[in-house]
Amino acid sequence: MRRRLAIMLPPLALLIALIGAWELYVDLGGVDPVLLPAPHSVASTAWSEAGLLWRNTLVTLKEVALGLALAVAAGFALAVAIHLWHPVRRSVYPLAIGSQALPFAVLAPVLAFWLGFGILPKLVVIGLICFFPVTVTTVDGLNAVDPDQVKLLRTLDASRWQAFRFGELPAALPAALSGARIALVVAWISAFIAETSSPTVGPYAGLGREITTDIGASVNPAGAAAGTAVLFVCSITFFYLLSLAEHRLAGWAQPQQGENR
Amino acid sequence: MPSRVQQLIRPPVVGGPQTDAEQSSGILLRQVSRSFTDRSGRTVEALRDVSLHARPQEVLAVVGPSGCGKTTLLELICGLQAPDAGNIQSASAALMPQRDLLLPWRSALDNAALPLQIAGLSRKQARAQALPLFCELGLDGFEQAHPSELSGGMRQRVAFLRTLLSGKRVLCLDEPFGALDAITRMQMQSWLARVLEHEPRTVVLVTHDVEEAVLLGDRVAVMSPRPGRVIQELEIELPRPRDRVDEDVVALREQALKALGAGERP
Repeated sequence: MRRRLAIMLPPLALLIALIGAWELYVDLGGVDPVLLPAPHSVASTAWSEAGLLWRNTLVTLKEVALGLALAVAAGFALAVAIHLWHPVRRSVYPLAIGSQALPFAVLAPVLAFWLGFGILPKLVVIGLICFFPVTVTTVDGLNAVDPDQVKLLRTLDASRWQAFRFGELPAALPAALSGARIALVVAWISAFIAETSSPTVGPYAGLGREITTDIGASVNPAGAAAGTAVLFVCSITFFYLLSLAEHRLAGWAQPQQGENR
Repeated sequence: MPSRVQQLIRPPVVGGPQTDAEQSSGILLRQVSRSFTDRSGRTVEALRDVSLHARPQEVLAVVGPSGCGKTTLLELICGLQAPDAGNIQSASAALMPQRDLLLPWRSALDNAALPLQIAGLSRKQARAQALPLFCELGLDGFEQAHPSELSGGMRQRVAFLRTLLSGKRVLCLDEPFGALDAITRMQMQSWLARVLEHEPRTVVLVTHDVEEAVLLGDRVAVMSPRPGRVIQELEIELPRPRDRVDEDVVALREQALKALGAGERP
């Protein structure tokens, strides 16, 4: 317990110091509160608009969770295809790289008119942005597998598929999970892009839409800051949740506790 | 009476017509040569006119200086490479590589049982079948340990058991104890001698340790530096277990060392 406290202390202290400095800066008149609302007004707005924030958070969480699942599955499958078939590497890899230069803010409304005004076009945008880190790290992970290891599996009469399943796949898993972590961090901003640039039906369109509405039509900068704070907390929380999953799935690749490195 | 592993595992089915050496699980190499092209485009002759044989369930120890093509020799026997000239007759062989190449994400037991899983057993069945031998080989209590938690000697035991459980009648061991400290190596040599007594196989043991070759081999082939040629073959007809300070062992060791020394001179 004491140890956990010691781990939590530095980040909490830094956060409190940053918020305190921000509060002081605004209170002492360093900046117009319309441009940068003080933390206390952000907190009180978050409290009074809690219901709205919560509904929009659920919408964004769903988009990120499903979009990320899609991205990780597709990114991983693509990496495997690239690894196993050279023609795929030569033909598809350049397209995957190019896909990251697409103007997603323009693409999103087009997708909405194509795929409907529900969640689907947003998932496509999140998927398109987030698959890439998974693909790159997984391809590198698969390429880094010890060729002697594969050779050994072959002398044990492993088929190509078995060599992949018993040797290459688990060996590449830590790299794939690193890619998933990067994808998770990018997922929030890609959800923001998807929400704010595609037309949506229904009363709740996610945190991204709430933030832009607060900034524009409703002139509610504290509300926008509150929405941003929720995104901020979500991003950090999910990153560490994924790290926990990583420890379970590929703990063998992490340094042992108490090991001096 | 079939050995334990043979009871556990069906012998590999070898399709097509079999030669004598294949049927009897012996090994026969006739005037085998093998060359490579290295990175700078030069041709490197690894083996030249190598003729060797091992009778079924015999241990053939191959000693030679580093870079005499010993690893190439094993890869040829295992079918990982094809010779440029000459021919090789051998039953399907399992390789125990110089580095243990245990899978770091698998427990020791699961690493040993890997060939059984490759043969189509479920993880659970494979574990159950591997367990009795796992314990017999002195690994009792380390089932759940991961390779990073095992000592060098233990890792080699697991790697050897994995090779054994492949069910193949020919085992190719590539400097299995080369990376171990002297004391562990001596323990492992006696251990291997005991295991082979219980689980006899045709073994090609590649080593740079002359004493190891004389202690474990039924026959010792001494090889020259690159290009590797067999410069002397010694029959070791000493009873087992052999003692490293036994005067016959010492005499044979001297003889092999002398042959090695002669091979080094240009």
